[in-house]
Amino acid sequence: MRTIHKNLGETVTATSLRTTDPTDLLKQTLESLDLPADWVGIRVLHEDRRQRSQRDGKPERNRRSQDRGAMVEVLVNGQLGYAATNRLSVEGLRQAATQAFKQAKAAAPWQIYAFQPSIRPQVTGAYQSPVVKSLESLQAGDVNDLLARICHGLKVSDKIVQAKASVGTQAIDSWLVSTSGTQIHQHFSFLTVDFGATAQDGPVVQTRTYNGAGARCYQGGWEHLGQSDDFWASVRRVGEQALELLTVEECPEMTTTLVLSPDQMMLQIHESIGHPLELDRILGDERNYAGGSFVKPKDFGTLQYGSALLNVTFDPTVDSEFASYAFDDTGVTAERQHLIRHGQLERGLGSRESQLRLGVPGVACARATSWDRPPIDRMANINLEPGDRTFAELIADVEDGVYMEANRSWSIDDQRYKFQFGCEYAKRIRNGQLAETLRNPNYRATTPQFWHSLVQVGNRETWQVFGTPYCGKGEPNQVIRVGHGAPVCTFANIEVFGGAG
Amino acid sequence: MQDWETTFNQLVDALLPQLNDDEAVQVILVAEDSQFTRFNQARVRQTGTVANGSLTLMLMAHQRVANESITFTGEKETDWPLLMAALQNLREELPQLPEDPYLVLPHGNEQSREVYPGQLLSPEAVVPTLLPHLTGLDAAGLYAGGRSVQAYADSSGQRHWFETETFTLDYSLFTAEGQAVKGTYAGRAWDDAEYADTLAASKALLGRMATSRKVLERGQYRSYLAPAAVADLVSMLSWGGIGEASLRRGGSALGPLQRQERSLSPKLHLAEDFAQGQVSRFNQYGELAPLTMSLIASGYLVNTLVSARTAKEYDIPSTFAESGEYLRSPVLSPGTLATSDALSALGTGLYVSNLHYLNWSDRPNGRITGMTRYACFWVEHGEIVAPIENLRFDESLYNFWGDNLIDLTQEVSFVPEVGSYGYRDLGGTAVPGMLVDKFAYTL
Repeated sequence: MRTIHKNLGETVTATSLRTTDPTDLLKQTLESLDLPADWVGIRVLHEDRRQRSQRDGKPERNRRSQDRGAMVEVLVNGQLGYAATNRLSVEGLRQAATQAFKQAKAAAPWQIYAFQPSIRPQVTGAYQSPVVKSLESLQAGDVNDLLARICHGLKVSDKIVQAKASVGTQAIDSWLVSTSGTQIHQHFSFLTVDFGATAQDGPVVQTRTYNGAGARCYQGGWEHLGQSDDFWASVRRVGEQALELLTVEECPEMTTTLVLSPDQMMLQIHESIGHPLELDRILGDERNYAGGSFVKPKDFGTLQYGSALLNVTFDPTVDSEFASYAFDDTGVTAERQHLIRHGQLERGLGSRESQLRLGVPGVACARATSWDRPPIDRMANINLEPGDRTFAELIADVEDGVYMEANRSWSIDDQRYKFQFGCEYAKRIRNGQLAETLRNPNYRATTPQFWHSLVQVGNRETWQVFGTPYCGKGEPNQVIRVGHGAPVCTFANIEVFGGAG
Repeated sequence: MQDWETTFNQLVDALLPQLNDDEAVQVILVAEDSQFTRFNQARVRQTGTVANGSLTLMLMAHQRVANESITFTGEKETDWPLLMAALQNLREELPQLPEDPYLVLPHGNEQSREVYPGQLLSPEAVVPTLLPHLTGLDAAGLYAGGRSVQAYADSSGQRHWFETETFTLDYSLFTAEGQAVKGTYAGRAWDDAEYADTLAASKALLGRMATSRKVLERGQYRSYLAPAAVADLVSMLSWGGIGEASLRRGGSALGPLQRQERSLSPKLHLAEDFAQGQVSRFNQYGELAPLTMSLIASGYLVNTLVSARTAKEYDIPSTFAESGEYLRSPVLSPGTLATSDALSALGTGLYVSNLHYLNWSDRPNGRITGMTRYACFWVEHGEIVAPIENLRFDESLYNFWGDNLIDLTQEVSFVPEVGSYGYRDLGGTAVPGMLVDKFAYTL
């Protein structure tokens, strides 16, 4: 058994969720069960979410939601069964446990693998998000004032036909208690900020956002919103660049040097490194929905995934990154691990269940969207480690190329091989300098070709962290938050092109 | 099984007398009792049940509005205090909010009640019923079934209840080389014979996948898109397409059509049709949508999806859409091509059964990118030659639903929604197959 109490960051102020610790209820429930099960675990979630948005300075949404529920898992004859219920009483949880038991028992003769209770480790511990300015320190009126100010800042011209701004907060408490003695409590605090401007001149329409839709995701509190002059400069720049894009040239169609900013690297890493390394995809669990992977089990430890400059980590310890945590939803302790080192594939993204089935090393990434879904293999924070080049050096090395920022379109095949991504904003690079602005920039490639084309990696100063709350996967479907940190990177000989003529 | 309808009505009946004279409310319920069994290699990967419900209270007063969602357990003694706490929270918050000029107050006197009981497998019967038929196959998929509820009530007296019991079985069968076919069996009453027939058709198709894959060069190919692929293309219109708000604010791919800068084929007819009762007709404003409404007729945009809020903002009539202005029960009209003649009409080109991971690559110009997936074949002279290596397409709807649309099939298939983000999706899309010329494949 490991006991871990972990805080990320120095300044910690708990956001007081009006909630009651259910640990005693869960223990009482487990003690009252008389099921012939090998293991029983109960994961309870309390979630308090606020979403506020404005369009053109007028309120669009002021929404709160409070969600409570429990996922009861029962292991019988090597098969897990589950029952999710929002009836948080001994009676409700006992009924759920019985239902889960029946499910497991009926399925056991058809199980894909006979699991032992060791897939759910014996751990006690706690975690709390680093928060400087608690989520409850801003009232609804304050937040609406901020949103109105953002909308006003975006509206730099009458050609801005839409200025939108939204903020979301989530306070989540998660408890995991099991018959093996596991007792975990994690308290998370999340903030997401999103704004954008759409400019239109006749048939030409262009949208610019704050690093891509939904990309500004933080673990923490209000300290991440509107606290600096830089933030308000970003607001104005987004509006100005949307307007600028109306009159610039289309991205040319050519094979060239492509430089990607961290807000596009986020999507690139997510789709063409994160997902193909998920062990449940490689095992085939996802083949009917999200898809499989071009990565084979034998590739771990042998495959040169990309150039030697490529270093990728699973890192749940980064301060303020969206998917940091101390334990995954099965209770496995989360630690930083290299997935790819000097371009070579070392480790996958898989739970203890997947690691056992596949015989490949994984990480603590069994996660569920909420209490009403079972944990599956998910990304968390997947980061591309920085190199040693400044941004100026990266650009200076390019005689002719394109620099792209902020994702706006994404599509990749079910093996995570052929992709096409589009960005909001681009600059031509000529003779080592950023030149004219381009609109509708897109690029396409295959995953191995792309990562082997990585020729320059920016240093820590170019490294930025983004994320998304909306990574979808699983059957039944689940959406989950992920974080991605990356530097500016340069790729050689990539096919780029513009919009429809 | 709990009586959620009685609890919902009791909660609403108790809530309404609590309101002050200057307050109005809407109450929206979504709830389900579901059973899920996920399988891989024809063995059980995960199996379980989910009982979940969410009750949303929207409070309106003094031209301001806010809402709060709480857990709905179906037990009045548990849910009532939460509902009262939500009312109190909203009363405290409302004065802080700016006025909403487009606020839609509850109005009207619509009432409805639709209940569609099903004959579903019991949770413990799902595995022993499904999996023996898959023995010897490399099958992956999900069975999802159970009761789904959507309900609405407001302070003007409107009240709606929609309850249905449904199941979906969504599966893929694979060859040893990884080639796959997709199958779906869905309905309200499980029938072993229908399941066996569906599976037999999939097995037969899988046999066509046994030959080695043909690698095609990128380029434009004459293509037949089967109904499931067409349904995916239609679904894109719910995301910056047919909604009036997106058209008004530069966010719609149909802007060029509305401005008459681009045109679509006279063979194209799209409507919303609620006649089958697959989904509820009422929306989040308590309005009942018309049973049918034409959206695109002979290639012309004749109606858009207009919510009450958008109607108020632009002073135009509502078409009773949800606030998201997405398609809820779309039907694409048939053409003149017999499905049995599809291959011969295709001649030489691509047969595309399914598409995958669609996204706008240039939304203002209607361009969509995505992948082919599952049973896609190279066809020569009306005969299947070989399955293909999957291709990326990048093509404008003004081409494939415009001049390049050759014909649609006479037969229309219902492609069920099988998604389950949050709650299980209901309904689906009724579409024919589609024969197009010069469909652009780019990678």
